Amino acid sequence: MLAAAAVEMHELVSRILARHKKDPSSLIPVLQDLQDELRYLPKDCLTMVAHGLGISPATVYGVATFYAQFSLEPKGKYVIRICDGTACHVRGSSPLYQAICKRVQLEDGRATSANGLFTVETVACLGACVLAPVAMINDKVYGQMTPEAINIILDELEKEEEASDHICKTAS
Amino acid sequence: MITSARQLADWEQKYKLALARAAAQIVVCAGPGCAASGSKAVYERLKEELMRRGSHVTVDYLLENGTPSTSGVVALESGCQGFCQKGPLVRVEPEGILYTKVQPEDVPELLDAVLQGTVLERLLYHDPSTGQVYTNEKDIPFYRDQIRIALQNCGAIDPEDIRAYIARGGYQGLARALAMDSSAVIAELEQAHLRGRGGGGFPAARKWAIAAAQEGPEKYLICNGDEGDPGAFMDRSIMEGDPHSVIEGMVIAGYAIGASQGFIYVRAEYPLAVQRMQKAVRAANEWGLLGENILDSGFAFQIAIKQGAGAFVCGEETALIASIEGQRGMPRPKPPFPSVAGLWKKPTVINNVETLANVPRVLRQGAQWFRKVGTSASPGTKTFALAGDVANTGLIEVPMGLSIRDIVYKIGGGLRSGGELKAVQIGGPSGGCLPSELLDIPLDFDSLQGVGAMIGSGGLVVMGQNTCMVEVARFFMQFIQAESCGKCVFCREGTLQMLEILEKITKGHGTLADLDSLTELGQAIKLGSLCGLGKSAPNPVLSTLEHFRSEYIAHIVEKRCPAGQCQALRRYTIDPGRCRGCSRCVRTCPAEAIAGTAGRPYVIDQTKCLRCGACVDSCKFQAIEVTA
Repeated sequence: MLAAAAVEMHELVSRILARHKKDPSSLIPVLQDLQDELRYLPKDCLTMVAHGLGISPATVYGVATFYAQFSLEPKGKYVIRICDGTACHVRGSSPLYQAICKRVQLEDGRATSANGLFTVETVACLGACVLAPVAMINDKVYGQMTPEAINIILDELEKEEEASDHICKTAS
Repeated sequence: MITSARQLADWEQKYKLALARAAAQIVVCAGPGCAASGSKAVYERLKEELMRRGSHVTVDYLLENGTPSTSGVVALESGCQGFCQKGPLVRVEPEGILYTKVQPEDVPELLDAVLQGTVLERLLYHDPSTGQVYTNEKDIPFYRDQIRIALQNCGAIDPEDIRAYIARGGYQGLARALAMDSSAVIAELEQAHLRGRGGGGFPAARKWAIAAAQEGPEKYLICNGDEGDPGAFMDRSIMEGDPHSVIEGMVIAGYAIGASQGFIYVRAEYPLAVQRMQKAVRAANEWGLLGENILDSGFAFQIAIKQGAGAFVCGEETALIASIEGQRGMPRPKPPFPSVAGLWKKPTVINNVETLANVPRVLRQGAQWFRKVGTSASPGTKTFALAGDVANTGLIEVPMGLSIRDIVYKIGGGLRSGGELKAVQIGGPSGGCLPSELLDIPLDFDSLQGVGAMIGSGGLVVMGQNTCMVEVARFFMQFIQAESCGKCVFCREGTLQMLEILEKITKGHGTLADLDSLTELGQAIKLGSLCGLGKSAPNPVLSTLEHFRSEYIAHIVEKRCPAGQCQALRRYTIDPGRCRGCSRCVRTCPAEAIAGTAGRPYVIDQTKCLRCGACVDSCKFQAIEVTA
């Protein structure tokens, strides 16, 4: 890690720890706040948190890997969550999941696409069973999804990305 | 700041009178289902249209200005109104007219009807089986047999306005409780025989009494909002649609057991519920209904909100406590029960969201009133998330003792597109699948146990003939296997073994001996696991083995999936009559399983075929046939 980045991360961890008064029972909220800022939990961060709270890095690592919300890998810009609740499952969430994995070209069991754009996850229930099967891309819920429909949505997202890339490049 | 029951009653009157001065209230459902169908756009359009016509009026304006308002309409967003199938829903009060599937472009016409005092028939609910048109929500078959206690305000009020809650009699149960001795509060709940709605059905009063009897000043009350069952969204709807009922229930419980600190543990996947609860806690503090000296009684109670981090097992009491303490959410042996030694080893009562939402009503209207609903062993109501292949999906609340058949056919309107029912899955991964013959069982905590199912937290998924029961069992086992915390060997290893056997069967490699292994493993896991997750994990498998054994046998002996769902058992063949020999499928097939000469019908090599179905999608002449 570059020295400047390390200092910056240290400051972020200190700020979050202070917010939770360095209370070891606040480990989960601390990790949640960290992940909100960084979109994932880098390993160095976990060690800093352990030192700050006066607990072992193994405990922090244990908690960070126990809960599904925490990710030790960077997530994509778009997090696609396929609801695999009972209602969605009965109405075809698996073909939907497979279609998305194929579409964004996930390789060897990884959840994030090589271009860093998409992360694909399944979630137990999004509570929109009536619209089954449901997919959620970042905060937006898409109901009654089919492999064709999700491909169209992903095409559009990619097009937007290309367009904004183009704007960035022309601007610079 | 409210300091007495008298002031609560005054506010109730004041708010009701203010609302009565509006020409109408238009309540747009913003529950999870309607929101996903675009209710926000309907609400925005409604407000815009009201402003444009100069007919927009707010509750604040009505409260501040005593003069009668003639044409002003109040627009508000509510929590889940229940009939998700027909969303976005819009209800016009005070008449209670329900409009279904409302789109933003319908708003001007709908508003014309409201302002002229007429009804827009086009958007009313049309019963597909009888053709009858219903104007009022309460007359629609979906709502007719429901009784709303826990959901009484959900979908009726603006959940972010504490005054709206007070206007519906809110916090009066608390006022009554605080005027009583704490032991009398427990006695009232005992008489009501309110049982825990989180699945177990344990009498809430007994938990309270044990905690109340413990010495020492430090005790805790936890509201369990970690609703993780796939197919369940009742607690979410209550927290989002009527957060104050949960807070009121918590303060009453805190007073009864002598706790001064409460926690609400909400699932991380429910960000809106977290927001709403936070806002409601702030408002209750500002109004003197939470914090120091509540309603001038000398009783103090604080509430903090803790977010879960995505672990199904944290719905279990002791795992939830470990999670609040900042550890991995792993259950520990009981006793000691949390009521004796729970959070930070102090006496702790954990009640589910729905249980707590019932408490204010019990205290406000008395145990006798509560016992009039439901059965004598399970009084009151139960909320269910009705989903799957049923015509009317949604959030419902029914009196205990109603049969599943009534729920599916009277409220749910039978199966979608007239299909035939195969099973009802009740209780999520802890519950079981009941065949059609068992649907007349009255729904209560005890009767379902006898047939290998349980009410659980309240997911109710209707399955039609095209659902494969072996695949359903595999699905739940996969869920449980992934969520097992790993502490007990039977649960950790046993669920993995069961999952592998089920996968084998769905792929057509099972043997009849596997069925005995499944039963044996299931029984062992039930006996050898510490917590409810493990103890109930085999239920979906055991109940399908009992009621749908012939489907397992078809997979094993005939290598056939009767529902045609198991991909590996499908057979893909090319109809030589339709195939034009275009070779499109040959290029699509990832396994190079299709061979032949261009211009002549192609053939699929069954030994190479992966059964992925890619060829079916690629064929322009519908020449590829799929047999189950």
